[in-house]
Amino acid sequence: MSISIGAVAPDFELPDTAGGTWSVLGGGPPTPSTPPATVVVFTCNHCPYALAWQDRLADAARDYAGRGVRFLAINANDADRYPRDSFDAMKARVDREDWPMPYLHDATQEVAHAYDAKVTPDVFVLDSERRLRYRGAPDGDYDDPGQNAQWLREALDSVLGGSEPERTETKPVGCSIKWKQ
Amino acid sequence: MNVELLWWEGCPSTERALGAVQQALGELGLSRVEVRMREIKDDGDARETGFVGSPTILIDGADLVPTAPDEPIGLSCRVYRRRDGRVSPIPDPDDLREALSHAAERTEVTR
Repeated sequence: MSISIGAVAPDFELPDTAGGTWSVLGGGPPTPSTPPATVVVFTCNHCPYALAWQDRLADAARDYAGRGVRFLAINANDADRYPRDSFDAMKARVDREDWPMPYLHDATQEVAHAYDAKVTPDVFVLDSERRLRYRGAPDGDYDDPGQNAQWLREALDSVLGGSEPERTETKPVGCSIKWKQ
Repeated sequence: MNVELLWWEGCPSTERALGAVQQALGELGLSRVEVRMREIKDDGDARETGFVGSPTILIDGADLVPTAPDEPIGLSCRVYRRRDGRVSPIPDPDDLREALSHAAERTEVTR
């Protein structure tokens, strides 16, 4: 069942590629206060859509870090059938790329199921109370870097400004999450 | 010339890929060439066809973008590179046009 806009999203504890453990409102490095917004993005190593949007998501993570927004990337794909999404492959990718966000492994796929994530990438913007404020694609076209994750940025600006995003849901576009069989 | 598009329903790029092939054919004056669609439904189909991802475009049986021999076979979305280096779920339109043009020339020569 999907999470409704305004509903409290499930919390979780997942390991990242650097040996840490993260949750939406706790875990990770100590912070002086609760993040005003958290972006949970289901992504992976092998999907062309996830790869095409990666730089835009990373840029947004960097741009909003100064305002306390936390980005959590999660890979939930079945690594038995898709070895390029294994935890080791995730670690290797982070080692060779510049990741401004932790890359978490949802080995049991429980978090992806709890969020009803459909594809990679699938973006969820949560406010400081973990309520879902936006869910969908980063922007309107994977093939146009100029869109710069505009839908995600608009949602974040609204949440940080204390208002409701005008656009709360869009259709996520990408590769289906590879569920265990 | 035989053009075949192998696709899997787990990737949303099929329609866009078909459109790109048809556009390239049109630009080359080859609109009469039919693009045959072949759905890859399961791992068995993937193994049988050597399917390395959706969409895969075969021109006279040869992959438009040849893959490495160790490329994993299975149901996934294929990663292409545009000529400017960007990642894309479909081939670069220039690569498509070039491959179709070469195939058309070969067809003419062998007639």
